[in-house]
Amino acid sequence: MVEVGTSRVKRGMAEMQKGGVIMDVVNAEQAKIAEEAGAVAVMALERVPADIRADGGVARMADPTIIEEVIAAVSIPVMAKARIGHFVEARILESLGVDYIDESEVLTPADEVYHIDKNVFTVPFVNGARDLGEALRRIGEGSSMVRTKGEPGTGNVVEAVKHMRTMMGQIRKVQGMSKDELMTEAKNLGAPYELLLYVHEKGKLPVVNFAAGGISTPADAALMMQLGAEGVFVGSGIFKSDNPEKFAKAIVEATTHYGDYELMAKLSKGLGNPMKGIEISSLNESERMAKRGW
Amino acid sequence: MKVGVLALQGAVAEHIKMIELAGAEAVAVKRVEQLDALEGIIVPGGESTTISKLINKYDFFNALIQFSNQKKPIFGTCAGLIILAKEINGTTENHLALMDIKVERNSFGRQKESFEVDLEVKGISDHFRAVFIRAPHIIEGKKNVEVLSVHEDKIVAARQGHLLATAFHPELTDDPSMHHYFIKMVKEYRG
Repeated sequence: MVEVGTSRVKRGMAEMQKGGVIMDVVNAEQAKIAEEAGAVAVMALERVPADIRADGGVARMADPTIIEEVIAAVSIPVMAKARIGHFVEARILESLGVDYIDESEVLTPADEVYHIDKNVFTVPFVNGARDLGEALRRIGEGSSMVRTKGEPGTGNVVEAVKHMRTMMGQIRKVQGMSKDELMTEAKNLGAPYELLLYVHEKGKLPVVNFAAGGISTPADAALMMQLGAEGVFVGSGIFKSDNPEKFAKAIVEATTHYGDYELMAKLSKGLGNPMKGIEISSLNESERMAKRGW
Repeated sequence: MKVGVLALQGAVAEHIKMIELAGAEAVAVKRVEQLDALEGIIVPGGESTTISKLINKYDFFNALIQFSNQKKPIFGTCAGLIILAKEINGTTENHLALMDIKVERNSFGRQKESFEVDLEVKGISDHFRAVFIRAPHIIEGKKNVEVLSVHEDKIVAARQGHLLATAFHPELTDDPSMHHYFIKMVKEYRG
């Protein structure tokens, strides 16, 4: 019997993205540049996070015209963002044939209490997380891929580093615990016990774990890979840099060969300026996207 | 016996686990210099355009063709199948062009149509759990290509001498029988 939308099929799709770079694009032309540079997928959206931040107002799912245009332009998978809790936006994206949905804190949340029940969808979801508990809650809801939240649209990698270090540290701690300590740890983390048991036994999340939120140079991408990311999302970092083609290619190569410093020195030469970036402490609390979702 | 997995992008760790389950030593291959020590290699699933660009960028193109010329077995899964094919429908482009097959990319639809199903794979299993993810299929092969499995009238597994290809992902299940078969091929060609 043919089965669609099984967790193996949904999580497997993310497995195929490992070691790769997923790039934000706002039109077909950018999508082609990303594909040509070696992106494993593109995230189709109306505005990159840096512009969402600058423009203010409510950020919603992209116009389906943009998504269809991007789907038509490239053969690599196309992802798109729905607001946290907005299962109707997610259903619309699914009907458009999007390959992965990002229930994303970059958009303005539609529900302050609940995330989308992702188990009932055929299309897979990726969710952001700041720590192990948040990651396992999303996986419990049916997410098939996790990424750090970082602080999107800042060009500043510090929050992504914090989230990845927190998560990897917690995974190591859980792995080293004795089994009778796990239920209390599940309570403390707010994580489903069965998923925590998996982490304890395997020393990893049950789904692929990427880095996102503030990655803007080849060295940033390699740093996240060394901290344990299995791939990276680059949002504003490509098309807000001086030379998107060069940045895109260099970040792809750095993600593959993240331990090769001579190569990275070569890649980083004459790239031009990365996106300008924002110091996190200069943001108001209300401007912190990472704090959206729970 | 060492069997490599091309580790430029894609599902590398899963293949490594399977090779080890099938009883061989597995190596993640990031540099052409590593190829000499290998008896066979797997080109994994991932994004074929990305893997292909990195193959060219890091001089794997000629090295892998030479590897094949020495009759060292190569196993391509999903994106790996596209990379092995001589012809890709709808484009004049091809990648390593080693196997006499014409393939179609994304032929079962987008991700929401991706599926798993039990398949008969000739000489390997009569109920192999096959996971198809935005999978390609083989439209046709030359006479020297042996069809190993068909789903909905589409060829989804085939062998041509020392070359093996599947449209599905045997590395995503717990069943190492496809990998056992490949390791057996590697042993045969070791001579």
